[in-house]
Amino acid sequence: MTHDINIYILVASAVTLAIKILPLTLIRGEIKNVTIRSFLHYVPYVTLAVMTFPAIIDATQSQISGGLALIAGIIAAWFGASLFKVALLCCSVVFVTELFI
Amino acid sequence: MTSENRQALMEGFRDGTPIGLGYFVVGFSLGIVAKAVGLSPLQGFILSLLNNASAGEYAAFMVIGSDAPYLEIAMMTFVANARYVLMSTVLSQKFSPDTPFYHRIFVGFDVTDEIFGIAIARSGRWLNPFYNYGAMLTALPGWSLGTACGIIAWYFFSPAVVSALSVALYGMFLAVIIPPARKEKIIGGAVAISFLLSFLAEKFFPDISAGNRTIILTILIAGAAAILFPVHDEENK
Repeated sequence: MTHDINIYILVASAVTLAIKILPLTLIRGEIKNVTIRSFLHYVPYVTLAVMTFPAIIDATQSQISGGLALIAGIIAAWFGASLFKVALLCCSVVFVTELFI
Repeated sequence: MTSENRQALMEGFRDGTPIGLGYFVVGFSLGIVAKAVGLSPLQGFILSLLNNASAGEYAAFMVIGSDAPYLEIAMMTFVANARYVLMSTVLSQKFSPDTPFYHRIFVGFDVTDEIFGIAIARSGRWLNPFYNYGAMLTALPGWSLGTACGIIAWYFFSPAVVSALSVALYGMFLAVIIPPARKEKIIGGAVAISFLLSFLAEKFFPDISAGNRTIILTILIAGAAAILFPVHDEENK
């Protein structure tokens, strides 16, 4: 580790707070540009998807348990399970799977 | 404090309590990841207190874990939190001209998906900042203490339990992206393409860090979707 975690925290926090506070304080008009609005509309889903896979299968002790958690999570979320039910299910799948590996 | 503001504060506190409890669990899940990349409980507490953003914090942990340049954490945090530009802009429209300027800063400090949601859902043309402050009373400590607890929990849990808890955050991400992916075809397609390209990118370009991969793919995929399928209705307001 050649970088300082405290500086990482400082930079990340400064950027986050700037994003949250600057539009509120500087922008009085509405963002009208359709492309920018659409881009901001799609960004969260794409970012979360990219960050979830394949990271989830590398996060666990075995790739099999992470993969099964991914499949179980997608199915549960597809049928409308809440945030915490999906999270709990994913954890349980990993725990139980790894008992048998 | 006027009685109107006190009333708004109490309502915010009431509506924010379930959010704060939920944030404790989100924070706890983040803490598990934070510990894996080397954060102390205090560092996790401070990061969560100042950021209050699950995707943004997770993005930061990825960069810290790969020991990437400081510029990368700035770009990663920017991309992962880009949606708050829109929320913050929407909130800026809800401020009465009579509300002192500094309230905009304090409300902006804790823009989250959920607090934004309840603040917009509350009836009335103008937003009372004290409503947001009431919600922040549970949201901020829930999130930051949750993160610190998640980091501390590492010392008490077995590797099997830590392995299981490591996927909690991904489960939450899935719960956020899958229902809209089912409802809106474009989002569903974008999510599927994101999974695929992210997988291929890691396989064929292992030298590109996880942070840069996320930045590049997000701009490419969300940019292509925005150009090909612009959103014309008001549903993302």
